[in-house]
Amino acid sequence: MSGDGAPARKPARTGFSFRRFGAVLTKEFIQMRRDRITFAMMIGLPLVQLFLFGFAINADPHHLPTLVEMGDNGPLTRAVIAGMQQSDYFDFKGEVAGIAAGEEVLRRGEANFVVVIPQNFERDVIRGRMPEILIAADASDPSAVGGAAAALSGIVSVAVREVLTGPLAMPSGAPPFSVTVHREYNPEGKTSTNIVPGLLAIILSMTMVMITAVAIVKETERGTMEMLIATPVRPFEVMLGKILPYVFVGYVQTIVFLIAAAVIFHVPFEGSWLAFFLGFNLYIVVNLALGFLISTASRNQMQAMQLSFFTILPSILLSGFMFPFAGMPGWAQVLGTGVPATHFLRIIRAVMLKGGDVADVGPQCLALGIILVVISGIAMLRYRQTLD
Amino acid sequence: MSEPLVIEVSGLTKRFGERTVVDHFDIRVPKGAIYGFLGPNGSGKTTTIRMLCGLLTPDEGEGTCLGFDVRHEASRIKEEAGYMTQKFSLYEDLSIRENLDFVARMYRLDRRKERVQVALDELGLADRAKQLAGTLSGGWKQRLALAACLLHEPKLLLLDEPTAGVDPKARRDFWDEIRRLSAKGVTVLVSTHYMDEAVQCDFITYIAYGKKLIDGPSAMIPALVGLETWRVEGPNLGALAERLKAEPGVEQVARFGAVLHISGTDKPLLNQTVERLKAEETHHWSLQVAGLEEAFIYLMAGARDNFALDTPPEIAA
Ligand SMILES: Nc1ncnc2c1ncn2[C@@H]1O[C@H](COP(=O)(O)OP(=O)(O)OP(=O)(O)O)[C@@H](O)[C@H]1O
Ligand SMILES: [Mg+2]
Repeated sequence: MSGDGAPARKPARTGFSFRRFGAVLTKEFIQMRRDRITFAMMIGLPLVQLFLFGFAINADPHHLPTLVEMGDNGPLTRAVIAGMQQSDYFDFKGEVAGIAAGEEVLRRGEANFVVVIPQNFERDVIRGRMPEILIAADASDPSAVGGAAAALSGIVSVAVREVLTGPLAMPSGAPPFSVTVHREYNPEGKTSTNIVPGLLAIILSMTMVMITAVAIVKETERGTMEMLIATPVRPFEVMLGKILPYVFVGYVQTIVFLIAAAVIFHVPFEGSWLAFFLGFNLYIVVNLALGFLISTASRNQMQAMQLSFFTILPSILLSGFMFPFAGMPGWAQVLGTGVPATHFLRIIRAVMLKGGDVADVGPQCLALGIILVVISGIAMLRYRQTLD
Repeated sequence: MSEPLVIEVSGLTKRFGERTVVDHFDIRVPKGAIYGFLGPNGSGKTTTIRMLCGLLTPDEGEGTCLGFDVRHEASRIKEEAGYMTQKFSLYEDLSIRENLDFVARMYRLDRRKERVQVALDELGLADRAKQLAGTLSGGWKQRLALAACLLHEPKLLLLDEPTAGVDPKARRDFWDEIRRLSAKGVTVLVSTHYMDEAVQCDFITYIAYGKKLIDGPSAMIPALVGLETWRVEGPNLGALAERLKAEPGVEQVARFGAVLHISGTDKPLLNQTVERLKAEETHHWSLQVAGLEEAFIYLMAGARDNFALDTPPEIAA
């Protein structure tokens, strides 16, 4: 028999087909649009987390036990103490003699702050010598420190203005003293502004990994994978077509997040957008590849969820989000270096808070690149074109 | 058969862990044939079909499908074969048209919109094209799945229980379509549990516990099964049937209206029993040419659900 009609398709090509890739992409977007709950979750989850984490950590702690070392005891110093007692921030517990005694109190956790008012404080203020008020803080509760420093500046400024009237009145402007915070037990000294950008790293890794893993496993679980791989579609076309829509989701999440961070938490954005954009894209792709890898190891959506959840823990615990990276034991730092969130966390903090530019985030981008190559290499090896 | 072979495999074997699910399976399917693939649940039909179209890699065995090596040229086979899965495998959350369109794109078909529209018209689903596939009834899903795997005009159709859950009228339409395609030179390998479908096939292969037991043109199947069948008429058939089941040589008692068909593969033993019963002169006995139906009842009855047993019983192949 040779009665076959004209070939219905173009001659077999083994290369990448943009048409098939486009078809997978379109299909994925249609499915995403129809799955309202997941879609709402993708947008809602970052907001919920931002509010939970942001406010829980941002809520200024009040009435923190405080000791004062009085290097001076003139009217100005007394006004400062009175101001501290009136403020909600500090609970004035008494005096302490010498910085060593103060640190002992901190170590035992009996007080959160020891405020050291230097000798000749009043005289130096009047003479314009910029005396230094030292706050030794137990910064293991990071959000307390920034607030305390700010509050103390305010209290002292008010005291100075009230006490020094008449001829001694200070010209308005910069306060005639400085406040130095000496952080104990937490060298990075995180503040809520520091927490919020880090949250983006966590949110992205949480949603990106899980959504991708689930989206791909869904295909196996529902049996549609059997139809899909019975067609000539190539694994790479499927992988790319299924992953790209979630890059888009990552963008939407980040935009929502950045707006919320700026409007609600007044987190600054000091650095280069280009540096942010570079690191951010890299980070998203790494997470998607990780999701893809997880999908190759899971038989159903439940397993995919659990495995994804498992990857979130190191992102939170080992990345430096929860505990300062430099303070972690050596083995934890080694593990942490393999966690993508560690590097993105540094990128985003460098860019948003420290005004970093592209050069500043280079090493982190390189690290993310290496992680990406490793993860996608394993994923492609594991992804089969067959069902076995 | 002078027709060239479209499927030619030998020694195909698949193991899942310790279990050999398909055991040295051979098949030769000529072009344009309708080849029926029968066997009880869990006997390895789906697994075999998956190996034929490159979805599973065989642990042993080799051969060609559409002239392409089943091991190394799966992607070429996929271009030219149409595989309809046993379980509905189109996207339930895509509409009927979106599903067809997606499949058409996977094969990079030209005149895509037109082909999809033609398929919709032929299905009679043109006015429901926007309905989600998941909301179709079971029978309609099967029809849609068939239409989807015909879009790229495959030369070989692998249909895994395509009519499960389809009503009789739709099943007839289904088979009309299969015969029409076969007449055009499309080769069809179809698995089924329905006897009335099996009799429509040109060839039949029967598999149990992963092993092929019977294979040949439909007309030769009864002879291959080797059944001797006696026909019994007379009073009180129910009681007789019960009694016969315990008699030596009687392997199958099937009732067709007012007659019983008694069959067995051990001719001398069966005939001995029949002679003894004949002597009682209560019923009328006559020798019958065993048909395809008896053969199938025999085959189907002999094999319980293959999943239940790990070691196959002794079967004389
Ligand atoms: N991926 C797999 N992993 C392990 N065992 C499998 C797998 N796929 C199939 N099996 C086993 O292989 C055997 C044959 O399965 P298969 O689906 O081929 O049977 P079948 O003849 O199609 O049955 P049915 O008529 O019920 O569709 C079954 O016992 C099944 O449990
Ligand atoms: Mg099956």
